[in-house]
Amino acid sequence: MNTTPAPKILVVDDEPPIRKLLRMGLSSQGYDVLEASDGKGAIELLAKKPALVILDLGLPDIDGHDLLRRIRHRQEALPIIVLSSRGDEAGKVAALDLGADDYVTKPFGMDELFARIRAAMRHQLQEHGERPLFQVGDLRVDLVRRIVKVGDKEVRLSPKEYDLLRLLVQHAGKVLTHRFLIQELWNEPADPQYLRVYVRQLRRKIEADPERPQYIMTELGVGYRLRAPD
Amino acid sequence: MAGQRSDKEQRPSPEALLAEMRREERGGSGRLKIFVGAAPGVGKTYEMLQTARAKRKEGVDVIVGVVETHGRKETEALLEGFEVLPRKPTIYVNRILSEFDIDAALKRRPSLILVDELAHTNVPGSRHPKRYLDVEELLQAGIDVYTTLNIQHIESLNDVVAQITHVRVRETVPDSILDRADAIELVDLTPDDLIQRLKEGKVYVPKQAERALKNYFSPANLTALRELALRQTAERVDEQLLEHMRARAISGPWAAGERILVCVSEDPRSAGLVRYAKRLSDRLRAPWTALCIETRRSLQLTEKERDRIAEAMRLAERLDGEAITIPSATRRIADDVIAFAHANNATHIVIGKSTRSRWFEILHGSVVHDLVRRAGNISVHVIAGDELVSEPSTAKDVAPAASRPFDLIPYIVAVLAVAVALGISLLVQPVFGLENVDLIFLTAIVGVAVRYGLWPSLLATVLASLSYNFFFLPPIYTFTITDPTNIAAFLVFMLLSIVVSNLAARGQSQVATTRERVRSVESLYAFSRKLASAGTLDDVLWATAHQIASMLKVRVVLLLPEDGTITVKAGYPPEDTIEEADLAAAKWTWENNRIAGRDSDTLPGAKWLFLPMRTGRGAIGVLGITKDGPGPLLRPGHRRLLDALTDQGGLAIERVHLVEDIDRVRRTAETERLRSALLTSISHDLRTPLAAVLGAAGALRDLSKSLDQASKSDLLATIIDESERLNRFIANLLDMTKLESGAVSPNVALHDVSEIVGSALERTSKILGKHRIEVEINADLPMIMVDAVLFEQVLFNLLDNASKYAAGDTTITVRSWRDRETVCLQVMDEGEGIPPADLAHIFDKFYRARKGDQVRAGTGLGLAISRGFIEAMHGQIAAANRPDRSGAVFTITLPIPKTTEKLLPATAS
Repeated sequence: MNTTPAPKILVVDDEPPIRKLLRMGLSSQGYDVLEASDGKGAIELLAKKPALVILDLGLPDIDGHDLLRRIRHRQEALPIIVLSSRGDEAGKVAALDLGADDYVTKPFGMDELFARIRAAMRHQLQEHGERPLFQVGDLRVDLVRRIVKVGDKEVRLSPKEYDLLRLLVQHAGKVLTHRFLIQELWNEPADPQYLRVYVRQLRRKIEADPERPQYIMTELGVGYRLRAPD
Repeated sequence: MAGQRSDKEQRPSPEALLAEMRREERGGSGRLKIFVGAAPGVGKTYEMLQTARAKRKEGVDVIVGVVETHGRKETEALLEGFEVLPRKPTIYVNRILSEFDIDAALKRRPSLILVDELAHTNVPGSRHPKRYLDVEELLQAGIDVYTTLNIQHIESLNDVVAQITHVRVRETVPDSILDRADAIELVDLTPDDLIQRLKEGKVYVPKQAERALKNYFSPANLTALRELALRQTAERVDEQLLEHMRARAISGPWAAGERILVCVSEDPRSAGLVRYAKRLSDRLRAPWTALCIETRRSLQLTEKERDRIAEAMRLAERLDGEAITIPSATRRIADDVIAFAHANNATHIVIGKSTRSRWFEILHGSVVHDLVRRAGNISVHVIAGDELVSEPSTAKDVAPAASRPFDLIPYIVAVLAVAVALGISLLVQPVFGLENVDLIFLTAIVGVAVRYGLWPSLLATVLASLSYNFFFLPPIYTFTITDPTNIAAFLVFMLLSIVVSNLAARGQSQVATTRERVRSVESLYAFSRKLASAGTLDDVLWATAHQIASMLKVRVVLLLPEDGTITVKAGYPPEDTIEEADLAAAKWTWENNRIAGRDSDTLPGAKWLFLPMRTGRGAIGVLGITKDGPGPLLRPGHRRLLDALTDQGGLAIERVHLVEDIDRVRRTAETERLRSALLTSISHDLRTPLAAVLGAAGALRDLSKSLDQASKSDLLATIIDESERLNRFIANLLDMTKLESGAVSPNVALHDVSEIVGSALERTSKILGKHRIEVEINADLPMIMVDAVLFEQVLFNLLDNASKYAAGDTTITVRSWRDRETVCLQVMDEGEGIPPADLAHIFDKFYRARKGDQVRAGTGLGLAISRGFIEAMHGQIAAANRPDRSGAVFTITLPIPKTTEKLLPATAS
């Protein structure tokens, strides 16, 4: 950390208390914090090359989704985490479809936000090459040999179940929308209920208690998220 | 009369004061001036126009509604400069007639309008059949009216004029409109001058009536008519003066205590009697009553005769008399009349001279003679029959009413009864002797009389006499009687038979009359009981419509106000509706609070007759009746019955309205109470966590030096927990707001129950940290059709609720299974359970807030939201106590969607 400059995070939020809170929290984790209170300031600050953007969707001068689209337009690979509110599942899905990497629902805990930031950053680094072996808890997935183990027991998965798990592993810690998963698995639009059937099957095979999953987490109304390695 | 005056009559009479007040009150309504003439051609229209010109000079807004100049140049010249309302063309029998346009007049709203020829009859299809009704409406709308009238058109003078001139005028106006007039101006011309004008061609004479009118304008006629007009006008003037004096308690020479009674029967001259009574009452300034006495003979009257009585009674009402029908209480009509006269302090009785034959009078007695004999100090006016000109019935031609069909059975029974009596007599005669045989026949006759009335019993009498004679009186088997004693016995027997059968038959017919009255009273009573028990407006309306329809044999609709107009609310037969044109008549009735439609004076072209329903608090609706086929809708007795029924129905409707008003007030009060309880509760639920957060944060800032590490993390935990609680509460408020505003539109899709349960358990993991959680979900449970986010919130609320009511170390169980075509999901706790009294209300919004229960956190919104969400997803939620142990159990049931079968997990692998 001493040799490389601290990663910069751009916080876009019109509420000073939230910005203050994020500044304190993020600084404590060793990030440099850039702050913008509106869309115009955010666009300007992009010039300072932030490593990640935390974006509140409700801004005074520009629609949050518009700003998201403009940022994505300029910086294709820049990880963006959206701050949203409960009950606005449609807004979350729209943001993810526009290229946001993840979201955090207000009010949120700092640890949750940090986990999302880590997952988003890690994913960006992974883009260049898959890690062949993935492990979280007792679950181990060997992406090269296509072997899935829970503890010492090997789990037999159908091809579709394996494809689903692979997708989740590749984006571990990140939320994947129903649409994204369906598109990746079937290459065409399909009813989300097919996806739910496969998720249920997969959970039965890899979760100790499918009713209280430890690995494949449900983001109701949005999609699924695989727990990231600690 | 002056001797009868007492002290109290020196004081202002209340009636006179009222009348004057009414006249003054009419401030809102217009003033009426009538230009009266003795005959056509005296110059009424001319005079009216001249007066109007003078008014116009004064700056009054005068227009001409309708004026007939009949081509007279002088009159036409006077019209110049006036705004003349265009007439309304009306098509009638392929001819276009132009009529006074009342709607245009009401729209134009001048201060004074001239409407010529008050007695004019409008073309059928106009709003009112008569022009004077148009004028009344104009006055009611606050417009002053000038109009003209010839003396022969006044209803009460109709007979007199017909006697003088031998020409009966069919177009009449009721006397009431003259009473209503604020000013009457007599346009007078001597007979000679008038005849001169006629000769000069200055009097309009229709071609076809030339000859008749020549006779009409004879000096004798004109003198008589002139006298009539002068007297009539003088009487009006006199009356106005009298009323003025009475209102101010100025003693004057008015008659007091006079009251006139006129007897109305089915006799065609009754209408003339009524008019005579009216004139008499005008002269005596006395109130008057038309009395009709219903006897057993009334039941046998033909429809035409009944109509005639009804017509006379209606005429009496039109002429401002009182019309009363009473049942005969005694054998003699005269006694009934006298009794009524005494009871009502009548001083004059008017009755028609009998036209019956001498024989009839000997047999039945003469009402007139009886009346004169018993009248005591009451004056009896017997009006000679030939003095009154019978007029053709004005009633529309009614198809001859089917008289009661001749029933053969009573006569057959009469014959049989006599035959049986004969048989018995033949059997018993040898034992008991001849003397008792007649009693057996008499028994048969009385039996027939009691059962079937007069005529069958008379037949039985004849047969019995013949049989008695033939079989028993020697020489037997012949119709001759030899023994003089037997002749006497036979005659006595016959006489006795006739008297007995007559008596029995009279009793029977009285019973029939009474029974009919009792029946109608009973059904009125039953109706009022039914109304009293009817709770809802619909019940009341239906009962009223049904009762009127069945008692009067008519079709009924009831219209009540709604959004500023009136609409049909009930009907019998229930499918009855009314057409647009009829609705206009109903609206008119509603707006003017007066009767309209079929058989009435307003919009008589309508198929329905509409009557306002009134109570003490004012108009509440409109009743419409009609029946299939032509003919008058109501007989006078029925009119009164209808009034009684309408009044009862109106009162019941008003009662329902009052109850609704009270309910509304109570509900408002309840809402107010709830609102204030809610505000208290919400502010409590918002402030408690905030206070905890502020307190803990303040302590951390101010006391950080003196606090040890454990206390600090305790305070931090408090801040986080309380903030989360606040957050949950706000989320609940938002959800409730969404539900209340109907903004919840579930985004349903097929979901796996266990997935949503898992998500809810994840979210509640912190709240339920101290509880044991058991999840039992059937592996082959079908997917359910829900909105995942809403359903998870329901589960969250139920789990949150369980965590509040069950202690920390107990087990909370979530179970789900399939029950036939539904999926059930239960959340059970091991707390104390729900008090039985609360079970029914536990899902009510703010139930806990209403109870003022502040022991546990939360307003009790959670369960209300849960029910709202579940019902929005077409499911059900119920609360109960666990049967196996203490604890509450909430059960959600959701239907299994049809399409889910093919998506069972088995097919996915």
